[in-house]
Amino acid sequence: MIRNVMAAAVAAAFAAPAGALAQDSEPTSAAYSAKPLTTEAAFNPAISLILDGKYRHLGKDPESYTIGGFLPPGGGHGEEEGHGLAHGFGPGEKGFGIDESELTISANIDPYFTGYFTAGISGEDEIEIEEAFIQNSGYLPGTTIKFGRFFSAFGYQNEQHAHSWDFVDLPLVHQAFFGGNLADDGLQLRYVAPTPIFLEFGVEGGRGANFPGSEREKNGFNSGAAFVHVGGDVGFSNSYRFGASFRQTRAAERHYEGEGLGLEADPEAEVELLAVESKMWGVDFVWKWALNGDPSKRNFKFQAEYFQSKEDGDLEIVGDPLGAALDDEGAFSSKKKGWYAQAVYQFMPRWRAGVRYDELHSGSFDFVGADGNYTSTDLEQLRSHKPKRTSAMIDFSPSEFSRFRVQFSRDEARFDEKDNQIFVQYIMSLGAHGAHRF
Amino acid sequence: MRLIRTAALAAALCLLPTAAYAKLNVFACVPEWAALAEELGGDKVSIYQATTARQDPHRVEARPSLVARMRTADLMICMGADLEIGWLPVLLQSAGNRKVQRGSPGHLLAAEQVERLEVPDSLDRAQGDQHPLGNPHVQLNPHKVALIAAELSKRLAEIDAENAAYYAERGRDFQARWSAAIERWEAEAAPLEGLRVVPYHKDAVYLIDWLGMVEVMNIEPKPGIPPTAGHLSSLLTRLQPDSADLIIRMAYNDPKAAKWLSERTKIPLVELPFTVGGTKAAKDLFSLFDDTLFRLKKAVNR
Repeated sequence: MIRNVMAAAVAAAFAAPAGALAQDSEPTSAAYSAKPLTTEAAFNPAISLILDGKYRHLGKDPESYTIGGFLPPGGGHGEEEGHGLAHGFGPGEKGFGIDESELTISANIDPYFTGYFTAGISGEDEIEIEEAFIQNSGYLPGTTIKFGRFFSAFGYQNEQHAHSWDFVDLPLVHQAFFGGNLADDGLQLRYVAPTPIFLEFGVEGGRGANFPGSEREKNGFNSGAAFVHVGGDVGFSNSYRFGASFRQTRAAERHYEGEGLGLEADPEAEVELLAVESKMWGVDFVWKWALNGDPSKRNFKFQAEYFQSKEDGDLEIVGDPLGAALDDEGAFSSKKKGWYAQAVYQFMPRWRAGVRYDELHSGSFDFVGADGNYTSTDLEQLRSHKPKRTSAMIDFSPSEFSRFRVQFSRDEARFDEKDNQIFVQYIMSLGAHGAHRF
Repeated sequence: MRLIRTAALAAALCLLPTAAYAKLNVFACVPEWAALAEELGGDKVSIYQATTARQDPHRVEARPSLVARMRTADLMICMGADLEIGWLPVLLQSAGNRKVQRGSPGHLLAAEQVERLEVPDSLDRAQGDQHPLGNPHVQLNPHKVALIAAELSKRLAEIDAENAAYYAERGRDFQARWSAAIERWEAEAAPLEGLRVVPYHKDAVYLIDWLGMVEVMNIEPKPGIPPTAGHLSSLLTRLQPDSADLIIRMAYNDPKAAKWLSERTKIPLVELPFTVGGTKAAKDLFSLFDDTLFRLKKAVNR
């Protein structure tokens, strides 16, 4: 969540709750507030809108996009298998397009809570609530509590909104392991230790309805995550943050068509993954350099994350009565991993250049049907593969509120196919001046 | 039961001395307010200065180390008026420290304690990065510093009531020395009145206002937007050698554009400390003004 709208909420010209109180009490305490304002309109929340437009030149048909060796994300809730399901999955459509306009509204609710709302309005007129949460900071010393829908703090990149990404698209690990940006409905608790070095612990728990989880229609938690962050400075010019995360979730049912998993013998078959236990580990690292800590002229940022996952459950194949009509079922077990590293350098004011390398390892997918009709070798989509992608970008920011970017990617996520992708993008920010996380 | 009582007693004994002798933790966003906290808090406060004079305070990263320091602060003093808007809100929100949240005595925004210049009548980002609450760079008018010092003294006494008398005494002492210094500075600076200056950024307006100088234009085309080569050459035609007396560059500003312009127009260039630590001589608030005036007068031989 890089556009931290609280920034705007706090600094916008409406009075803080204490300010409102201060108007009625003696003048000395009025000094603690911002300018006293009296009209209702002065309490309007901070509003910001991001306009994001792209031109894409893709070598291959994006409808055929898959990450070879990995389960297509989604499949959770009667959705089509495969393509473009989650927010941030796949390279997007060919040609011109406005992907998503991001509307953020935030304000202090009262002295105890701050509220945030971010909706993504897609070019197809769909509105998706990306984040909608309330937050209390400091009820207990060092703690921050969030309730609602929010981007998970698993890893580093995931908490950022699309407009503050350093590249047009998400790293492949996020696309393969989360199907895009991972959001959850639930609660998050963070604690910053009172130490001179930055030490933060956090836990999350929630509905877990999004991939790799699924809707379960049960009480209680369906996902749980824990993370720890350590950070600090090295001299005046360098700072870093290191993180480790764990997340566990369950999918009651993931539904695919045989074709989506490469079941050549019976493409119309129904393939169900049932009672899936999904566990994920990740480590992340960010290093930033700016001479004397002043990033306005030149600065450098290095970022890398490594994810691995383990899934266990049952796999059931119901053959198409018009096709081979072979049924089977049995336990499956899968292990995957992946990583990326990227570096972005601002070589002069307003201009940045960056490179990124993504690599995934399909690892293992073990399944042997009890009836001996199918094994994992029949699922072509899950055969061994090492998806890779190399990207380079250059961007130009006329002001703090506008940015243009050109990116080239060579995407080798599909089996035996290279996709050369060119992106041209603008990102513009209207309204409240947001603050950015590290 | 006895064990619990003993443990509680031991814990209380451990905590007691630290509570009694612990210094007040002050988080200062910018060097000038770190220096002020030192003047007013003396050895009762422990100060963490978040930025140096070499950093543009508007463009600082919300680094993890800053969150850690904000977490343990008893008081934060920042400029406010949106100067730190890109990072301070993240620190406050991540640190989870109620003592320094807006509305608490431990949350002090210096520029918002005084009357500000250039409060825009209308807001439009076509005018560059505008600050709705006015120009935030108030520290270069010593009269404003005196008002902010009075407020900081009050806050220190309120937060650390035990040492209220100490803070009051230090406050009185500082205000007396500061008034005397202002009188001296104003006498020294009299010849600078009417001086026509070209600052790089809109960060000298309070100094200009205090000394009765005149701002001809800025090198930046719009606040926060660095000058391009094209803009600089257009400045050359607009800026004749007799239309301004001095080009001003603050220590944190990009040195190249100001130097280039000075060489072409033959208008002298001066580098000012802007804040404590901006030059070697600007070691504290008093020497910040001493050095600023010394450099201005030397640059124009007045």
